Amino acid sequence: MASQSKLHLFLSSWSTRLALAMIVIVVLMAFLAPWLASQDPMFLDPSVRLKKPSAAHILGTDAYGRDLYSRIIYGSRVSLMVGTGVLAISVFFGVILGALAGYFRALDSVIMRIMDGIMAIPAVLLAIALVSVSGASLTTVIVAIAVPEIPRVTRLVRSIMLSVRSEPYVEAAVTLGTSPLKILLRHMLPNTVAPLIVQGTYIFAAAVLIEAILSFLGAGIPPEVPSWGNIIADGRSYFQLLPGLVLYPGIVLSLTILTINMLGDAARDALDPKLAARN
Amino acid sequence: MTHPGNERPETVLSVRDLCVETVSRSDPRPILKSVSFDVYAAETLCIVGESGSGKSVTAFSVMGLLPPDALRRSGGRILLNGRDLSTARPGEILALRATTMSMVFQEPMTALNPVRRIGEQLDEVIRIHRSLPAAQRREMVMKMLTEVDLPDPPRIYRSYPHELSGGQRQRIVIAMALILEPKLLIADEPTTALDVTTQKQILHLMKELQRVHGTSVIFITHDFGVVAEIADRILVMRHGVTIENGTRDQILAAPADPYTRELVASVPGIHPPAPLPPKHDRVLSLRNVSKTYGTRPLFGRPRLVHALSDVNLDVHRDEIVGIVGESGSGKSTLARCVIGLVEGWTGEIRLGDHLLEDASRNRSYDIKQRLQIVFQDPYRSLNPRRRIGASLMEGLTNFGMAESQARRKVAEVLEIVGLDSSVMQRYPHQFSGGQRQRLCLARAIVMEPEILIADEAVSALDVTVQGQVLDLLADIKRRTGVAILFITHDLRVAAQISDTIIVMQHGRIVEKGTPQQVIRSPREDYTRELIQSAPGAHWDFRNFRPFVAEPGAEPAVS
Repeated sequence: MASQSKLHLFLSSWSTRLALAMIVIVVLMAFLAPWLASQDPMFLDPSVRLKKPSAAHILGTDAYGRDLYSRIIYGSRVSLMVGTGVLAISVFFGVILGALAGYFRALDSVIMRIMDGIMAIPAVLLAIALVSVSGASLTTVIVAIAVPEIPRVTRLVRSIMLSVRSEPYVEAAVTLGTSPLKILLRHMLPNTVAPLIVQGTYIFAAAVLIEAILSFLGAGIPPEVPSWGNIIADGRSYFQLLPGLVLYPGIVLSLTILTINMLGDAARDALDPKLAARN
Repeated sequence: MTHPGNERPETVLSVRDLCVETVSRSDPRPILKSVSFDVYAAETLCIVGESGSGKSVTAFSVMGLLPPDALRRSGGRILLNGRDLSTARPGEILALRATTMSMVFQEPMTALNPVRRIGEQLDEVIRIHRSLPAAQRREMVMKMLTEVDLPDPPRIYRSYPHELSGGQRQRIVIAMALILEPKLLIADEPTTALDVTTQKQILHLMKELQRVHGTSVIFITHDFGVVAEIADRILVMRHGVTIENGTRDQILAAPADPYTRELVASVPGIHPPAPLPPKHDRVLSLRNVSKTYGTRPLFGRPRLVHALSDVNLDVHRDEIVGIVGESGSGKSTLARCVIGLVEGWTGEIRLGDHLLEDASRNRSYDIKQRLQIVFQDPYRSLNPRRRIGASLMEGLTNFGMAESQARRKVAEVLEIVGLDSSVMQRYPHQFSGGQRQRLCLARAIVMEPEILIADEAVSALDVTVQGQVLDLLADIKRRTGVAILFITHDLRVAAQISDTIIVMQHGRIVEKGTPQQVIRSPREDYTRELIQSAPGAHWDFRNFRPFVAEPGAEPAVS
């Protein structure tokens, strides 16, 4: 009953529905890429390099004669994989570490000081270091972006744990002889779900953006793989000749991040009990 | 204008057919239904009612403070000094606040701005409404601080709110409300958050200020004890309707409406029931239990707070031990040491023959099962995400009982607490505060404990519900022989239910005895002070009459 009204609240505004539709389009792009794309995104054809949009190449071609439209479609795969991968890793480790730090007093200061240390590492520097050690790959990029996000999730989960552990219903569970693990899973962790959904959308959006930055700088995905950052990096020298090489992937990237953030805001409003009470 | 020699008292506030409803286009719900009353010059009108009765909404309507996105006035008139507030523009009402009518809120902690000095906050009130030179304003503030009996006004003037106690803060709030000599003061539960001894002082102060300044007071409260102390006239409200309106003696001695009768009769009197309980086997004993909280700063001496010092206590089977004390007396710490939610205490606690381990996590299941607790806040004591059935069976299944058997047992216990077994399918938010407290009780007693700790378990409940839960506790004791540690700040409630009363102050037990002994012939000054501070101690609510003689306690302020 309560969750239904929350969903209703979430979907009540037009901007949210629009954002949701945009996300669905990006996801469909990624899954249906082989059918949507007009040709192999890596296929080189020097005879048609730097062509303006035409019937054969809807958005034109790049400096190597690759089809820009197909590359943008396939680029959504990289973005979604990076976003999902970073989200999964940071939430997985963040929740475990945050729960341990928030529940067991003895572990708190140890875990949190390590987190403070990790937080001091910039994602871009870590990525450059990792790429120079292990070579450019999707996994490297995901790890490089995920590691600095872990402390954020850890802090969020820990703070919720600390505020919930003195709730009478948690203390009641202690006196009823419930084991610490069950108390954590049953009574405490469910409180983190709503804030994690909100935080998760921001992490996802940030990951997509940082991947684009890393690829643009040449420290990310291998250059032949179509990712929005790579496409922009390839096209930047020809910007004056063919602005579409930068503009089209740029617009798709911006719209994707904007809509994810809008969903995050809408989720926050829908899940915030104070805002819910007002409606 | 006052007409000297006029016999009829001047009407300061006149509310006629006031209706308030929720703001909603589709389905506006009425909150106040045609409320009418008058407040005369220099009198105190008490508006009494349980939660949801609309007493605070009435006050907010008069002050023009209804939250615009939630409530709106849908009819009726409010006349202040003959002036119709319902047609006044917002700016006019703003000018009337503090000068003609002002308000004191319940929570003195949040009514003051924490980042500004007391003096500045009082000064601001004058500055907004009067153009006076700074020196004269300061003089007015100092005079007012003296009037509310605060020591060393210049120091208070420079203080920040956090440097003052709750009672001092409430004095500041009162000073702020009265500094421009308003005709009408609205006090919304101004003493509810305070200890009884402080409450008594504040009530006395308000009476005194009212006498000096001739202010009319609307005093909103749920506590008939307070009403008996200060009211000239009483307005009883329920579900947004005026139930009864009359002088104090009419309402307290001869309430006409059955609801008023029930409300008055549920007020715990300070006079204990007679029977002495037979002593059974000892189930719990505390020997020299102490608990010290401390912060060990990097430099300097550690700061220690003695929450409990050398507490000795025996609890017997079939006995209700009332532990009474004001905030900070250590009564809750005592309970939490016994149950194992506080660790690092010293001394010995024995459950039967078993020497209890420090913290709950070091205790065996068997020991945990024998000790159970019910907390104060019924809204936070049940996990909002779990069904009632799951919450109530949790303890039993922890001990390895099969789910079907646990379900049967919970259903049995639900019947004892007066609820149907179908509630197991529902969620906590579908229940009222009183019902939730019954559920918490059920969760505790389904474990068949030897000791049940009730930590302020009825303090958050309305007085009629409170009476029902107290009866239920006594009933459970009779049925199961469980010993109950009943922790409360309210001596009246303790006197009503306990077999033994313990009075605590600063972490020590200062008095111990049967309710008869403790209340009729207290040995300690502190106990005597507590008894005298209990509001309405001179009134026998059950029998709708004043007590004839007051052994051990003086008649309170009148």
